[in-house]
Amino acid sequence: MDGARSAAGRRPTEWRDFLALTKPRVMSLVIFTGLCGLLAAPEQINPVLGFTAILCIAIGAGGAAALNQWWEADIDAGMRRTASRPLPAGRMDRTSARDFGVALSGTSVFVMGLAIGWLAALILAISIVYYSVIYTVWLKPRTPQNIVIGGGAGAFPPLIGWVAATGHITAMPVLLFLIIFMWTPPHFWALALFVQSDYAKVGIPMMPVVAGEAVTRRLIMLYAALLLPLSLLPCFIPARLGGAGSLYGWVAGVCSTVFLAASIRVGLRRRNGEADTMKPEKQLFAISIIYLFALFGALVAAKWIQG
Amino acid sequence: MSKATDPVDTPPLTPAPLTPAPLNPAEDRARVIAARNRVVGLLLACLVVLFFAITIVKIKI
Repeated sequence: MDGARSAAGRRPTEWRDFLALTKPRVMSLVIFTGLCGLLAAPEQINPVLGFTAILCIAIGAGGAAALNQWWEADIDAGMRRTASRPLPAGRMDRTSARDFGVALSGTSVFVMGLAIGWLAALILAISIVYYSVIYTVWLKPRTPQNIVIGGGAGAFPPLIGWVAATGHITAMPVLLFLIIFMWTPPHFWALALFVQSDYAKVGIPMMPVVAGEAVTRRLIMLYAALLLPLSLLPCFIPARLGGAGSLYGWVAGVCSTVFLAASIRVGLRRRNGEADTMKPEKQLFAISIIYLFALFGALVAAKWIQG
Repeated sequence: MSKATDPVDTPPLTPAPLTPAPLNPAEDRARVIAARNRVVGLLLACLVVLFFAITIVKIKI
């Protein structure tokens, strides 16, 4: 009876909170890289089907994000950065979040399979399970390598976009996958450096918390250094297999060098006491997002310009 | 001077409140649910249009 009364008295969840549950800002990067994978593919897809494929990628990412927040509601409540999310703030009940996540995930895979193809749907399903189960439930609370292995979850969109357009997997979409895979650790560790106290408070073993700042800073430099040659590899794939041209190579070379320079700046730095504003780390985080947009944007632009 | 314009008799002008009066819980609940229903309705309509377009494309292919 009490439960029924409290349920009846609870303020219904606003649609904006359901939208917030899908992490729209993260989704924008997912949509962009998925779209670039689709547009960079050597075969053209009908615009309606292309739009459907990107919509399915976006809905799948939203579903995975909802499931992530459903599972981590207690952890989010203990972190300043995430405490205002709908679940920890008490604007939504956990069951609604779980059902919303399952519904979005299932719908995205089903529609992708029917409208585009079952290989693309299978990869989309793997990416959802990878993020919401392998990363969120298994890796994140257990190992400081969580973001290294879990980075695969965010690397799937260009692969899905490419497969949606062509129907098969080749070396080029695998390279695009690897680029995002290698980009994720320095991107996320830059963030982890300036919110590490939050992670420490809730017991998440992020690299700066477990191995310390110095090791994390060295690893950021290492991954950024590995990313530089990796980002250039698409130039060496033959054009008939969807390889990128020299224009992409120049843009990738410049952008990766800038990213590496920003990483070295963070890597060689030491925190200047508790009052340190961590400006270079925040800048590296922002640069990493711009870098990925620039790299994948260049991939598509080079294909359109050079044919 | 007419009575209506007499500054002594007219009540002082007060600025209109910038924020609307707070809704009671029942009205607030109805407003939130109505807004949610409108969004769901709009999304479903968009999905119907999309499925129709996909069907046309699939038939042509």
